[in-house]
Order: sequence, then structure tokens, then C-alpha cells
Amino acid sequence: MSGDVLIVVGAGIVGAACAERASAEGFDVTLVEPGTVGGGATAAAMGHLIAMDDDPAELALSHYSLGLWNSLADLPQAQFSRCGTLWVAADERELAGVPAKLERLAAVGIHAEAVDSAALYQLEPALAPRLAGGMLVPRDAVVYGPAVAMHLVECAQARGARLLRDRALRLTRDGVELHGGRTLRGTVLVATGCALRELLPALPMRARKGHLVITQRYPGLLRHQTLELGYADSAHGSDDSSVAFNVQPRPTGQILIGSSREFDDAMDPAVSMPMLRRMLERSFRYLPALRGLDALRVWTGFRPTSIDGRPYIGRVPGMEHAWVAAGHEGLGITTALGTACLLLDQLLQRPTAIDAAPFDPARLAATVAA
Amino acid sequence: MAERYDVLVVGAGPAGLAAAQAAAGQGARVAVLDAQPRAGGQVWRHDVRHAPSAAAARGIHDGLKPPIEWLAGTSVVAAQGDALLVQTPQAARWLHYGNLVLATGARELLLPFPGWTLPGVVGAGAAQALAKQGWPLAGKRVVVAGSGPLLLAAATTLRAHGAHVVAICEQAEASALRGFAAGLWRWPGKLLQAGRLRLQLAGVPYRGGTVVQRALPAADGCLLRAVGIAGPRGTERLACDMLAVGYGLIPNMELARLLGCATQAFGAHAAVQVDARQHTSLDHVYAAGEACGIGGVDCARIEGAIAGLAAAGAAVPAGLLRRRGHARAFAAALRRTFALRPQVHALASADTLVCRCEDVTLGMLDGHADFRSAKLATRCGMGACQGRICGAALAELGRFPHAGSRPPLFPARLSTLAHAEPAS
Repeated sequence: MSGDVLIVVGAGIVGAACAERASAEGFDVTLVEPGTVGGGATAAAMGHLIAMDDDPAELALSHYSLGLWNSLADLPQAQFSRCGTLWVAADERELAGVPAKLERLAAVGIHAEAVDSAALYQLEPALAPRLAGGMLVPRDAVVYGPAVAMHLVECAQARGARLLRDRALRLTRDGVELHGGRTLRGTVLVATGCALRELLPALPMRARKGHLVITQRYPGLLRHQTLELGYADSAHGSDDSSVAFNVQPRPTGQILIGSSREFDDAMDPAVSMPMLRRMLERSFRYLPALRGLDALRVWTGFRPTSIDGRPYIGRVPGMEHAWVAAGHEGLGITTALGTACLLLDQLLQRPTAIDAAPFDPARLAATVAA
Repeated sequence: MAERYDVLVVGAGPAGLAAAQAAAGQGARVAVLDAQPRAGGQVWRHDVRHAPSAAAARGIHDGLKPPIEWLAGTSVVAAQGDALLVQTPQAARWLHYGNLVLATGARELLLPFPGWTLPGVVGAGAAQALAKQGWPLAGKRVVVAGSGPLLLAAATTLRAHGAHVVAICEQAEASALRGFAAGLWRWPGKLLQAGRLRLQLAGVPYRGGTVVQRALPAADGCLLRAVGIAGPRGTERLACDMLAVGYGLIPNMELARLLGCATQAFGAHAAVQVDARQHTSLDHVYAAGEACGIGGVDCARIEGAIAGLAAAGAAVPAGLLRRRGHARAFAAALRRTFALRPQVHALASADTLVCRCEDVTLGMLDGHADFRSAKLATRCGMGACQGRICGAALAELGRFPHAGSRPPLFPARLSTLAHAEPAS
């Protein structure tokens, strides 16, 4: 494949990872990005590297990708912190779901342990009283996504890849036309997240807005990325809007607070005070000490969300030269590296490390066409 | 309970107090809020050892006179619809308004140079504020440097509090200063004020065309011992315990930006755009004083009065508009005189810190096309000041234009951000 042209559209963490992998495989890579590298959903994200077990296909992709992330653990600007994930059970009913989760994680080789109430407070003394317990996934981690995206782009550039500051206008029969007027010829990989609609309207994609709050520095208050077990219902349910307790200790000592979800196809970045309030009230319920902490900044971002919540990774149906890697919802950072390998293996017609079928864009394009 | 004011004034400096007084005079229900515990803003800041000037005492008294409601120690956190979310050290609440007057004042422009982060180096205005609040200065050797009339005011206050002012280093050329002084007859009040300051500063060298190039640490490396200056007489070293350095004032724009007011260029920075009645681009929002471009206390008083009248729905007398024109002309003359010379923009080297919160050097920003890209890669502007210092400095140095504003305007308690808005 040496010398074959690959045009990667979009330099978020997914596009950057694909460009890095493709350049390593000998492709002649051009990366098309009008904005800041890693400046979209990547910059808005929490950067949580997490094994979510509620969908077997996503779990396989996450596990695969988490293994690849180990190669970046020592990259200083990645700010890689293996803080682990502590899942909190509010009550006995939620706690009863833990053994099944342990089993699903163990099945792919991820170590996790059940946590009883006493152990829960040893792990995170600041948690609200009378929580039932939970589950600890010690190998989960936290990274700083934009810096990793920039690093991956630099790796690709060191192998000869070009970064073109332009915006893709439309796919042509054998390439892509840019706003600047140029047309690039070659195989095209679309990794534009929420902007996928502009280039591939046949693939359903919605923008799911989220709010995040970061505090001043309070080192030691929190040690693990801590989530409520109900998080998956919020993340993967299809409710119009939802919030979940999801807080993260940054290596700076700051606390990053999520998470909210609401569909907003107009992508209005304004902070919604009612939604912010709802999200914070949820977090106070689990971590009352948050109330008195000072917030430094609030921002919003948009998760690219396909109809079934799984990303599109593979060839665009009906287009010989166009590929897609987009729609990772809240798992883009976790699964970016795995996505890149999964896509490159398909592009090079090699066997894939995990089953690619659940991510085949044809699964939804077909239903749309029908 | 929802609190609603006909006119809500943000900022209790000269402009805000004048606005409150004027609006209340029209029978409007008025409240003035300020993040500080005492009214007066920067220029009329309370001095623990000296009585206020007659003008300050009268301005503060008239601007807070009941039924005007005075909301001390109240900072604005966020905005939504016709309401502001505010917090005090104890509580949070939503304040609704019919019309809003932004009198948010100004802050110092701090520019990076080698050694500027050493303990002992402070802003010129900051030094003045610290002195008024009782910071011990007796016998301290202070160099006052930077640019603009604030240096004279700061030096006067420092001296009155017992400091030994070694020198005032003004970057503007002596010739520009002489030209400015020669034109002062047009503003007799200012001429008088300048003469008074000159007397109070008798014996203190005032050096034109002189710039502090670096602050030098003592042998232990962590305290200021001297400054290196460059002027018409070449370079030299001045021993001192403190350097008070500021390069003039720039408008506080956070709230105006958050609300979405149109802005206009103020040098490399921005000011709120207003019409003749101090009306911003937004229906129910007025602005007055330094937020509309640095104009000084007299200008702020006049614009505050205009904004207060307009916000209360009253007619604005032509005399006020004329006086504003005169005051703004003085401000323009000041800006021409004290325009920063290129030398000032070149003081920082690649290894000079530009973002103090996150320890980012100027050199680390090389190769970044915009503030956001630089911020994501280096954390520049992500710290406690949220780019207030480094953002302004980088705009002044011509690196990146200033970024937008988002809630909270100042670090705010999470419980405040979660404070429910009462049904209005």
C-alpha cells in the first residue's frame, strides 16, 4: 500500500489516530482540518478511558483500544493518569447488578472488583453517606485528549503527512472537493464527527450536547473517576435529555464534573443554566462537598451520535473510495486508537483484531435506504 | 422571591454611582451591586488611613442614598434572559432588571518582562489598592513604572503611606509628555490636578522615555532586589524592594461579552459600543465609564449620569452630552500621549512566563495561530484568572485577539451555579 493516497477529513482524536496509523502503514496521508487539531468534541470531552460493558461490541472495541492506549501512557502531554473508575451503587438494587457487570468485563479480560459500602468510603471518603457500594475498574484512566490528537498528527507529519487548513465541501467520484476550491484525489476517510452530515447525509448522525464544569484546584478530594451505575442508562438511553453523576480528578487537582445529554442538532454552544443546575444537583447528591467548591469554567460540547449509538467504522455503502470513522458518542477518546486499527485493517483487507461487523456503516445506511 | 429592579447598576465606581443617582432621581427602583465590600470602585477606593476626597465622599453618599439599594460584596456569575445570577460570600440569587447599566470599570494592563513574576513586583494600580488597604509600606523603596497618569496617582498614594518612591519610569517620551502638558489649559481641572500631584511628588524623579527591562532577584533568587531600566541616559540599575508597574488601563469586558453587547476596538483590546444615550447594542442594556473606553473619572461621572437617566426613561440634557464630548477629548489626548512604544512590546523573551496561572512561557505559544489552539496545547489562560491577565497581554503584544467570555464570570461556588431561578 506504500504511496497510496489517503485523505483523512477531520483532525479530532479519531481522524488524528487514523492519520497516524495510515502514515505508519505507508500511506501518503493528507489531513484536512479547518480548525484547531483536537478542537471539537475532543477538546470538550472528559478524556476518560473507560470500559463500558453495556454493549458487547462497544466493550470489545473499548478493550482493544485501551490496550493500545498503554503505548501513550508515558507521553508527558497526554497527562495519562491511571486513576481507575469507581462505579457507585446508590442502593441495593443497583449493587445487585454488579456481579453481572464483573462477569461481562472478565469475559474480555478486564479486571474489576466489587466494592462494598465500607470499601467504597475508603476509596472515596467524600462520597455521600448511605451509598450501597459499587465496582472498581483499576486500569481505567484519564488523558488530555487535545494534546494526544496534536501528538498523533505530529507523528503522522513526521512520516510525511500533510495538514491542510481547509474544509471539505463534498465527496467527488474519486476524491474530495474543498471549500478553498481544490479537489484532492484518492481514498477518502471521513472522520468529522457531528459534521458527518455535511459530507455523508445518508448516514444518520445527531449532535448530543453535554455540559462540563471544571473547578479550582482541590488536590486529594477525589482519587478515582467516579460515576453512578445509572450512567449507562443516561449515556446509552435515547431520552431527549438526561444527567448522570460523573466526576473526574484531573492531574492538576481540579475536579471535572459531568455529565448531561440532550439532542441539539442546531449545535448551540450556549450554556443552559437549567441543564447545568440539573447536572450539578445530581452530582451534589453523590458528592455533597462539591457544593462549596469554586467553579472556574463551564463549557459545552457535542457528541456525534449514530442512531444505534455505535460508531460507523468501515467503507461507506455504495462508495468505492470513501470510508468513515465517526459517531463515537461519549467514547471517542477511549476507542480512537482501536478505531484507527480496525479501519486500517479493513482498508488493507487484513483480518481485523475484533469483529468489525457491528460497526459496518451498511447496517444503518441500508435501513435508511429501505 | 424574585427581585426586580427598574434599573440595575453593575459596578459602584464613579460611573455606576452616578447612574444610580440619576436613575433614582427619576423615581426608578434602583440597585447598585459591586463585588467589593465597599463602594467607590478603584479610583475612589476606601483608604484605611486617609479621608476620602470631597468628590469621592459626595459621589459615594449620593449614589447609595436610599431608596437606592446597595448590594455590597455581590459578584455577577451568569446571565439569562432579563436576570443576573449573583453571589455574595454567603448566598446566591437571581436579580431581574428592566434595564441594566454596565459600569464595570477597568483593570490594569500588565505586560510580561523578565522577572515580572518575582514577589515584590505588583501592578501600579494594585500597589495603590494594597496601600489603601493598609499594606505596610513604611520605608519600602518603590520604583513606579509603566505608563499613564495612574503612575502619578499610585506614586502619590504610596508616598502618603510612607513608601520611598525611588523613581517614576514613564515609557512615553519626554517630548510627548511636554506636548501633552502644554495642551492641558483646555482642561483647567486636569491642569490643577496635575499641579497638585506634581507638588505631592516633589523630589521624586519622573523619567520620560524610560522602561523597566527586567526585575532582578536577590541572591536567594526569590525576592526583588533591583530593576534594570533603559532610558534616554542609557541603562542603569535601581535598587528597590518593590516595583509597581502597569501599562495603563483596559475596559473590563466580561459581562458585556457574556450578554452579547457589540464591542468596538480599544487599541488592541475592546470596549463596549454605545450610542449618544450610552445605549449598547442590546435593548435593555446601557454602559458607562471605563467599560466604553478609558476616559477617567470625570468622563465616568458624566456617562454614568447619562446612562442612569436613559435607563430610567428620562430625557438627557444637551449640556451633559457636551460635557461628555469634552471629557472624551481629554481621554483621547491621554491615549495619544501615553501610546505604548514598540520597545515595551519587545520586553518579554521566549522564556518569559506569559501565563502565570499555568506557567506558560511566551515561546511555548510559537506556532499557534489562535488563542484556542495555544490554550488547548499549553493550558495558557486555563487557570484561576481565566486569561484576564495573559489574554490582555497577548492581545497587546499582537499575538492573539482576546477570546470570548463564558460563565462563571469569576470563580463561583458550584452551589451558586445550581441556584434555581425563581419564577418571575
